[in-house]
Amino acid sequence: MSDRIIGQVRRVNGPVIEVMGITDAEMFELVRVGEQRLIGELIKLESGGAVIQVYEDTTGIAPYDPVYGAGMQLSVELGPGMIGTIYDGIQRPLEAIREMSDIYINRGITIPSLNREKKWHFVPAVKTGDRVSEGSVLGAVQETENFKHKILVPPKDAGILESVVPEGDYTVEDVIAVLQTENGQSKNLTLMHRWPIRVQRPTARRLPLDTPLITGQRVIDTLFPVARGGTVAIPGGFGTGKTMTQQAVAKWCDADIIVYIGCGERGNEITDVLAEFPALIDPRSGRSLMERTILIANTSNMPVSAREASIYTGITMAEYFRDQGYHVAVMADSTSRWAEALRELSGRMEEMPAEEGFPAYLPTKVAEFYERAGSMEALNGQTGSVTIIGAVSPPGGDFSEPVTQHTKRFIRCFWALDRHLANARHYPAISWLDSYSEYLNDIAVWWEQQVGAAWLDDRTEIMDLLQREVRLQQVVKLVGPDALPDTQRFIIEVCTLFKNAFLQQNAYDKIDMFSVVPKQARMLHIIVEYWKRGRDVIKAGATLVELRKMKVYQDIIKMKFSVPNDDLSDLDKIEARLGRSMDQLEALHA
Amino acid sequence: MPDLKHRRLLSAREYIGVEKIDGPLIFVSKTHPVGYRELIECVDKNGHIRMGIVLESSTNRVVVQVFEGTAGLTLPSTRIRFSGKPLTISVSKEMLGRVFNGLGNPIDGGPAPRSDLDLDVNGMAINPTARQYPRDFIQTGISVIDGMNTLIRGQKLPIFSGNGLPHNELAAQIARQAKIRGSETEFAVVFAAMGVKHDVAQFFVRSFEESGVLSNVALFLSLASDPSIERLITPRTALTLAEHLAFNEDMHVLVIMTDMTNYCESLREISTIRGEIPSRKGYPGYLYSDLAELYERSGMIKGRKGSITSLPILTMPNDDISHPVPDLSGYITEGQIVFEREMDGRGIYPPVAGLPSLSRLMKDGIGEGMTREDHPHLASQLFAAYSYVKDVRNLASVIGEEELTPLDHTYLDFGKAFEQQFVSQRKDEERSIEQTLDIGWKVLSMLPADELHRITEEEIEKFYGK
Repeated sequence: MSDRIIGQVRRVNGPVIEVMGITDAEMFELVRVGEQRLIGELIKLESGGAVIQVYEDTTGIAPYDPVYGAGMQLSVELGPGMIGTIYDGIQRPLEAIREMSDIYINRGITIPSLNREKKWHFVPAVKTGDRVSEGSVLGAVQETENFKHKILVPPKDAGILESVVPEGDYTVEDVIAVLQTENGQSKNLTLMHRWPIRVQRPTARRLPLDTPLITGQRVIDTLFPVARGGTVAIPGGFGTGKTMTQQAVAKWCDADIIVYIGCGERGNEITDVLAEFPALIDPRSGRSLMERTILIANTSNMPVSAREASIYTGITMAEYFRDQGYHVAVMADSTSRWAEALRELSGRMEEMPAEEGFPAYLPTKVAEFYERAGSMEALNGQTGSVTIIGAVSPPGGDFSEPVTQHTKRFIRCFWALDRHLANARHYPAISWLDSYSEYLNDIAVWWEQQVGAAWLDDRTEIMDLLQREVRLQQVVKLVGPDALPDTQRFIIEVCTLFKNAFLQQNAYDKIDMFSVVPKQARMLHIIVEYWKRGRDVIKAGATLVELRKMKVYQDIIKMKFSVPNDDLSDLDKIEARLGRSMDQLEALHA
Repeated sequence: MPDLKHRRLLSAREYIGVEKIDGPLIFVSKTHPVGYRELIECVDKNGHIRMGIVLESSTNRVVVQVFEGTAGLTLPSTRIRFSGKPLTISVSKEMLGRVFNGLGNPIDGGPAPRSDLDLDVNGMAINPTARQYPRDFIQTGISVIDGMNTLIRGQKLPIFSGNGLPHNELAAQIARQAKIRGSETEFAVVFAAMGVKHDVAQFFVRSFEESGVLSNVALFLSLASDPSIERLITPRTALTLAEHLAFNEDMHVLVIMTDMTNYCESLREISTIRGEIPSRKGYPGYLYSDLAELYERSGMIKGRKGSITSLPILTMPNDDISHPVPDLSGYITEGQIVFEREMDGRGIYPPVAGLPSLSRLMKDGIGEGMTREDHPHLASQLFAAYSYVKDVRNLASVIGEEELTPLDHTYLDFGKAFEQQFVSQRKDEERSIEQTLDIGWKVLSMLPADELHRITEEEIEKFYGK
């Protein structure tokens, strides 16, 4: 790191430091403060002075301490070695930090994000004399058994390759190719390159969002689906299961890479992921889930400004894998903590606050973040996507607060967590009344291709029933259930069945923890069939008690646990049995 | 530009006279470069020394917060000495069995304990990769906790209570009865009192005395009569000792902190005096981060034998769970035990509200090999059934009990039995986990078996109606 002194400390107020005597420094430059060399970023420049936010605890920093400039913006290192690694908010590997400073995180640690010694087996895809452009694939490294890490020409570089190394083992710093750029300069290319975290990586164009990200969670995939490249917010008060939902999606969704950002949350939650993920097997690849996961942990007791940066660190990594043609899902837990970090820093800089002390630029920042999602054609012609699933922690569970409200403006899918459901231990506690998905129409075609045209009708039918049930429940609350006719009580009955047998999903049950697309569609169809046939036999004179006594009712309730994902033949049997039972009942009342 | 060595020399300087005194804050001008969060000593005109720390430092002014309050200080005669180092306390195992003030000075009349080492009270963030995920079941002997909101070693599980509710009794009962089954390990209790009344502190001392564990308890008392600012440092001092005992001395430490609401109010007081921009209800925007610095210090560490389990107690102002203090706490802690005034009124002890209470770490600490194989499903079914009871009660209050269906009547009976037999117990009653689960089955068996959707058929076969 360079020793260029760019100024001296004038004032210390928590993580915000005012600097005087600034000569040459650039906006968002990476800086180091004091003899401890604490890492910071320059966030405001004025004549002769500047403001720095420091990513570490500033205890002991005093006026006149030197400030060093690194001559580059706060960046992440992108290259082989990221998969399966756990980083802090500014991409320092936490495992490596632990080797240096034991159980606590000492200050002023400088450590490369990517291992400098490890050699990777590089297979070139280009040769000397080839013309390459921004984002072109130079070759690949088999990073894990199933993951091929493509090595790209960094954006903004293009030209003719003067030389390319032969296939072999190289470290991330070894030169693998020399590029003669358009203006005639030679530039060394390595397996890694740096990219500033606050700058979106360029792409060729945006693509329509028409493929769902399958999460294996029935309430999501069937009722409120998200498209690959889409944006989702999960708001919920404490204890409603934001983290559980995020973790379930991170485990079972069909993305190639998961970037899990633990932003201002509990240390033990990260430990939980670290303990659990390596042992879980990805049903698609048959390999450990950790082999497709990158963790960014900036827990609530770690410095607040690094929490602000962690979101950008994560999304930049995601964009890098998208540019290689992969589908990436970013879990941000929780974006409220990020917004609160913004508020804290803004307050310390004595900026004029808007709502609830949040800075006026909060909506701009929220929009910038969610706009980095999308399904894209990369500069090299590959298609990939970044899906953002952001948890929101509204104070008091009140969705009218600024972070939830501003987030709602920039997302298209909303999974509202409901306190009442969580209290009844109905998980995932995603409310079917407050949630919505704007992607439904875009991806309905995909579903129809996969499971047939009945899917959309079944879904519409059940959503309609759920809405009618709410009105009926209001009546029941006033006059009691006995006042309703059997036809209407049957609606309540079917909805209860649907909630128990379909919406509720046990994250710890070996079969129920995720459901494949055909299983979801078939289960939905069976319940809708139960409704349609049941409605008709009640009209023919059958009673609710008779319906409830049918043996197949218990089969339907238990089908989520009893029918394995890889053999759905039992669902055929249940459907046939349902048909026969209804036929019998019908014959009885004919 | 003074380097570190130079600064230490400068720290011998003493500044006579200060610029401004506002509440617990002192503003000193024209000092040498002073480090952020540096420890200071403030000497009043009688030569009495008070301690404080630097809250803000700049080239022309330093803001200092004095822990023992600023009463009696004058502008011209107050002398300030900067120490050049952050606030530390001396910690050792000998501190067990003693009583200290919020800054860690003994107030029981005994000599200062021999010290092993000095530690920064602010602590440092634990590297998430160094944490050990907690999974050891702690038996508290209290059914509603063991059965439905299981406490795990290394967990932070607060009690959300209200004024006049028996949170102290419950905390004392847990401290008395908590044990890991089948293991005899050294344990300690670190007790931090912030702004609580003198008799509350006495209650805990007596309770520890009666159960004969006082020699394993270190008490840090900053009572209601002490300067409010001292409360800000009290939990940090206590947790610093707890960390030493757990991670250096291999002990299992239970930390009881009461009352977190008073702590947050002191924080608000300082923030207001400093003119900071408030967020909700006047609390500073960094309340979440500040609380996290305390709560996140509990846990277990890979390769270390000890652990810190913490049991913060907070009173919800006006019993409002969405008030910033319980709300932000709930976002950091691993669950919460919520008290309900209505249950207390009906004479149920502990008055733990069934539905909003939660233990996040429960899932990995119960079941076969840990408690009993039927525990997870039983707990889930009890929650579901009790939730339905609440709905039925609401319905009954509108349409009258007579209008309810026979099944709903059964649920009402179940709800009553659940509260009176399962939740309710004596303040000295210690139930084993088997007893707790058996009572759970007993009350659950009042419901028809085909209502129990969350229980497997084998479990019904084995436990239902037995």
